[in-house]
Amino acid sequence: MNIPTKYQKKSFWIETFWAYMYLLPAFIILGVFVFYPVVKSFIMSFYNWDLIGTKTYVGLENYKELFKDKVFLKAIINTSYFVFVSVPITMCLSLFIAILLNTNIRARSWYRLAFFIPWITSPVAATMVWKWIFNYNNYGLLNYFLLKLTHLINWFAYIFTLGGVENWLSFSPINWLNNPSLTIPNLILLSVWKMMGYNIVIFLAGLQNVPTELYEAAEVDGASRWQKFRHITLPLISPTTFFISIISMIGAFKIFTQVFVLYSGTPGLDNSGMTMVFYVYDKAFGEWRMGYASAGAYVLFFIIFIFTLIQMQISKKRVHYS
Amino acid sequence: MGYQIKEKIVRFTVYLILTVGAVFVLLPFFWMLSTSLKIPSEIASMPPKWIPSKFMWENYKIAWNAAPFARYFFNSFYVAIACTFLELITSALGAYAFAKMDFFGKNVLFIIFLGTMMIPGEVLLIPNYITIIQLGWVDTYKALIIPWVVSVFGIFLMRQFFLTIPKELHDAAKIDGCSRFRFLWQIIIPLSKPVLITAALFKFVGSWNAFLWVLIVTNTPEMRTVPVGLSFFSSDVGTDYHLLMAASTLALMPILILFFFLQKQFIQGITRSGLKG
Repeated sequence: MNIPTKYQKKSFWIETFWAYMYLLPAFIILGVFVFYPVVKSFIMSFYNWDLIGTKTYVGLENYKELFKDKVFLKAIINTSYFVFVSVPITMCLSLFIAILLNTNIRARSWYRLAFFIPWITSPVAATMVWKWIFNYNNYGLLNYFLLKLTHLINWFAYIFTLGGVENWLSFSPINWLNNPSLTIPNLILLSVWKMMGYNIVIFLAGLQNVPTELYEAAEVDGASRWQKFRHITLPLISPTTFFISIISMIGAFKIFTQVFVLYSGTPGLDNSGMTMVFYVYDKAFGEWRMGYASAGAYVLFFIIFIFTLIQMQISKKRVHYS
Repeated sequence: MGYQIKEKIVRFTVYLILTVGAVFVLLPFFWMLSTSLKIPSEIASMPPKWIPSKFMWENYKIAWNAAPFARYFFNSFYVAIACTFLELITSALGAYAFAKMDFFGKNVLFIIFLGTMMIPGEVLLIPNYITIIQLGWVDTYKALIIPWVVSVFGIFLMRQFFLTIPKELHDAAKIDGCSRFRFLWQIIIPLSKPVLITAALFKFVGSWNAFLWVLIVTNTPEMRTVPVGLSFFSSDVGTDYHLLMAASTLALMPILILFFFLQKQFIQGITRSGLKG
């Protein structure tokens, strides 16, 4: 049976033909809108072109100019700052929530839906609401909460010192959107809120695959909650964690809409919210420098590629597939 | 402390954390809804009013008529439904080939397909925009739909699910003289309902929420979808937050309703396919 007969060989090629027919629609679209543009974008990055005039070959000039441009460097720094703070926070918080949701609780699906809702909402509508929450002119929700929190802390201080300390803390409203050093933190807050639900759902799927017998065995051995988490949960969900970390990182590197909407079409004060995609968008569709913008997009691609490779290397050591 | 009391405290803490967390996560939506129903003088009131003293349902009518929202919604629905429907077809066909057929170059091709998931769409933005111009598709539905009717993620998701369908079923069907296409259409597809719903929802939501691409390839209000329309609306009405929030609420409703009814199947699709990593 292992030696292919003439008939089996023939049927293999017939199957190959049909397989390619089944893949044809996907092939055509990916070819036109993914494979071809990947190459074209790379070639374009060596040219100057404004979409109407002639293309001129400039070699590596676009790339050289990119790395001389302080705004582009700022875009790289801002984007990295955003990615490497928002992704770990989101992952830790959502793993924590997922573990809580995975305990034997009622109304699990309602809680899950509650956390999931931000993820399915349009980034434009969601950012619009946050813009309103960040508002400065005395009626922003965030400032109101911080004010209340200050009152609460002061009240506790007053009680604990038996009336000795009055108005320990004072709070003046923060102009969230007009402070350049707060631009990225604002985006991080917004993004943690928005992305958590997706991670929770995926983590839950991973957690449900951990066999309960392992926990029972550990309990017999007198393992603590932390030990069970550290030595059973964490290793067994490592493929899920790996998947989420890659997906989140790639997604976070591409942040655009939130900045665009939160700062009304600008990258924030002093380019404080200038991200790599914003930069590419601005150069391409603001200044019509298609070649230069393509070079910027390729640098972004390269950075994502490098970080994905690094993560894959780490995962080889840390991810345990059962 | 007894084991049972300790267990009760833990359970209480779990509920407390989850409830507080859920309240904070949903608060922005409640705030949006509440603002959308306020009279302008109440918007800026301090302390904030959580429940408007008078429910101004007219705000929705004013917002709806202040921009061609009917058109934006039609466009969004049309594009999202078309994208989802076509994507399900291309993904099911592709996933079937990868899961159930043995063919030349299968593994290499699969890796190439998966590799495209790593490419940031922004790298493709400029050349694709140029392609759209060359095809004369600027400001048409074609530009909004056709580039998005294939999703490698969808193919991957469905393949993982199709793989769990036993080979014996295929063999039995083959013996009974069932063609490949009929097998896919009449046996695999009905069995794969959860994963089809998951893939469809992912696509629908992605399509409904798409922003940058729509912003670039449309230039008349007639072709805008809800998110892009909303962002233009926001600069038009400026700080009329009650109108902005009314429009934002409207923009969220279709997706929320869809999820409310389909969340069970959606989660099932994720859990039962390979998405867990």
